[in-house]
Amino acid sequence: MTAVATPSASTPPPTSQMVVEPQLGVGDSVRSYVERVRGGDVGSLPAVLGLVVLAGVFAALRPSQFTNAFNFANLINQSAAVIVIAMGLIFVLLLGEIDLSAGFTAGTSGAVMAIVLTRQGQPWPLAVLAGLVTGAFIGFCIGLLVARLGIPSFVVTLAAFLGLQGVLLQLIGEGGTIAVRDDTLLRLNNGTLPVGVGWTLFVLVMLAYAAVSLRRAQTRKAGGLHADSIAVVGAKVAVLAVLLGLATAYLSEERSRNPLVSSIKGLPVVVVLLIALLVALNFVLGRTSFGRHVYAVGGNAEAARRAGINVQRIRLACFIICSTMAAIAGLLLASRNNSISPTTGGAETLLYAVGAAVIGGTSLFGGKGKMMDAVLGGLVIAVIINGMGLLNQPSSVVFMVTGVVLLVAASVDALSRKRAASTGRV
Amino acid sequence: MTVPIVEPAHDDGKALLSLRGVNKSFGAVHVLQDVDFDTYAGQVTALVGDNGAGKSTLIKGIAGIYGFDSGRYAFDGDEVTVTNPKQANALGIEVVYQDLALCDNLDIVHNLFLGREITKAGRLDEATMERRAKETLAGLSVRTVKSIRQQVASLSGGQRQTVAIARSVLWNSKVVILDEPTAALGVAQTEQVLKLVRRLADKGLAVVLISHNLNDVFEVADHISVLYLGRMAAQVRSADVTRNQVVELITSGRSGDLGLSPAASLATSPDATTDPTGPLSAVEAS
Repeated sequence: MTAVATPSASTPPPTSQMVVEPQLGVGDSVRSYVERVRGGDVGSLPAVLGLVVLAGVFAALRPSQFTNAFNFANLINQSAAVIVIAMGLIFVLLLGEIDLSAGFTAGTSGAVMAIVLTRQGQPWPLAVLAGLVTGAFIGFCIGLLVARLGIPSFVVTLAAFLGLQGVLLQLIGEGGTIAVRDDTLLRLNNGTLPVGVGWTLFVLVMLAYAAVSLRRAQTRKAGGLHADSIAVVGAKVAVLAVLLGLATAYLSEERSRNPLVSSIKGLPVVVVLLIALLVALNFVLGRTSFGRHVYAVGGNAEAARRAGINVQRIRLACFIICSTMAAIAGLLLASRNNSISPTTGGAETLLYAVGAAVIGGTSLFGGKGKMMDAVLGGLVIAVIINGMGLLNQPSSVVFMVTGVVLLVAASVDALSRKRAASTGRV
Repeated sequence: MTVPIVEPAHDDGKALLSLRGVNKSFGAVHVLQDVDFDTYAGQVTALVGDNGAGKSTLIKGIAGIYGFDSGRYAFDGDEVTVTNPKQANALGIEVVYQDLALCDNLDIVHNLFLGREITKAGRLDEATMERRAKETLAGLSVRTVKSIRQQVASLSGGQRQTVAIARSVLWNSKVVILDEPTAALGVAQTEQVLKLVRRLADKGLAVVLISHNLNDVFEVADHISVLYLGRMAAQVRSADVTRNQVVELITSGRSGDLGLSPAASLATSPDATTDPTGPLSAVEAS
């Protein structure tokens, strides 16, 4: 580790070695993907397949109820909080740690927010800030205990799970619930965007995606490296455009049961938040040194330490991110339920979030996972709960089916891991 | 400081890194006793010795994992103080430890730049890192890896060793210390790694190779330094000695007129003269 890392001196003159790499066509990209999957690197394929199969089954069994725009929007609103908790959890799971308290961190942060908002009558930005700070503080405490004292995160967060449940009860006090009546906050996880805004958002997202992909391919080509050809970039953009376009069009339909009384159409507001979080955290994990270090610590903490990475700081940061994301989920839960109760964030919330991450393809052993896992896995779980509800199945059956799906996802992870070990991929 | 150090023992120009009379004790155990050690730019110095001879202690001292108790440490003619790894790294001293310290879940490029990523406006500059990784591997004439975007988990033992070595030369390093790089490798892979070791020296680096395998040592080393029970028994050119002499130096501290004086040899190990297989019960210093 030289103090001054001047890149040029130890490298040979590049000219003789610089061979312009061929560009990768559509065929090559597809082939290399198939090879990866066969080698055991299945990525989010099981979650996507599961989503398609489950949606297909429910659509066949309850065609009119499951496949309508109202239910589709409902699915997104229902799954938003779990997805956001799962996004935060992935940071912790990547380290090979766990946060069992994320559910009640959401509840507690939501309660602080509701108290500032309703009981103290403060404006909503202040209340939201108070909630987020509460989450960050909880994560800071957990992170310190895990990173500095070396207590296993399972134990620390189990204690936090129990303790925060008490804190939540204490905060709410007599009366059982704290109502949330602020219109802005209620819109967050219930409202819809005007149709025009939805389409504008769609166009912006697609333009940004295309621009980023093209620029990446061009930089790599300029550097003489393997790069996706225009055809591949175009194909990726086109596929995404079709999928997102269909979703946007579907959600732009009138979905009110009684349009004359109140019209409901357009993207759910929460989609904006989800996309923003997805893009931002994806960037952090995939394009910054910090993200790279998170993967390194999860893969081999000792190697990371010797490479000069401050492992304790990375651990602390991941727990803070996880709890802050839980606090955001707390806002969503408060918005969705119009109130905070002693069970907000309790019951199966956390387990659904862990399940979402695992179903999406994140490994519980650390070092493997990405933000999209949370979205896909969260949607799988939401589809199960929603579809089973439409089939008029009792909770008992819903729980059992969810359990089986989680088990299947974990088996896929284990099997692909085995396969990966035999073909030399992890 | 520019105090010139004691003249090197050989006529190989000035030593890049030289130690004079270093001592290190752990509690009552005197692991290194008045050890002299020299490495030369562009040459491979093999550091050999039996288990517990003090090889690991010596390289950890050089790498700054801990400081020596006494003695002089000179780099490029200047006396320096190295008591932590950062100081050693700043001088351009890199150690490739036996366990390699690679992250299996990251690819070759990520591993090469781990902890020292190149960023542009806060973002990882993947294109530059990939290009430099390619150049470095090409500069070391490494052609065995299929793609540098492969995960390290998918590499063979020799390839992993190659990645670890490439990482040590990526940053202007001047001295590379390799701790038993061929210990866990097969015949073909050992050959690959030894060629790589030779190429490092040919590129002008001072290479220190720790090995128990005298075949490897005689194949690549220009100099052989033999540690015997915490003392430097001999620093010789590999061309000047035979394999048997080195074995004797390793096992009994001397061979003919080479090595420790009989008195010193006896003082450290009373049974050395009667037991040619050498003491195996010495304190494991690492």
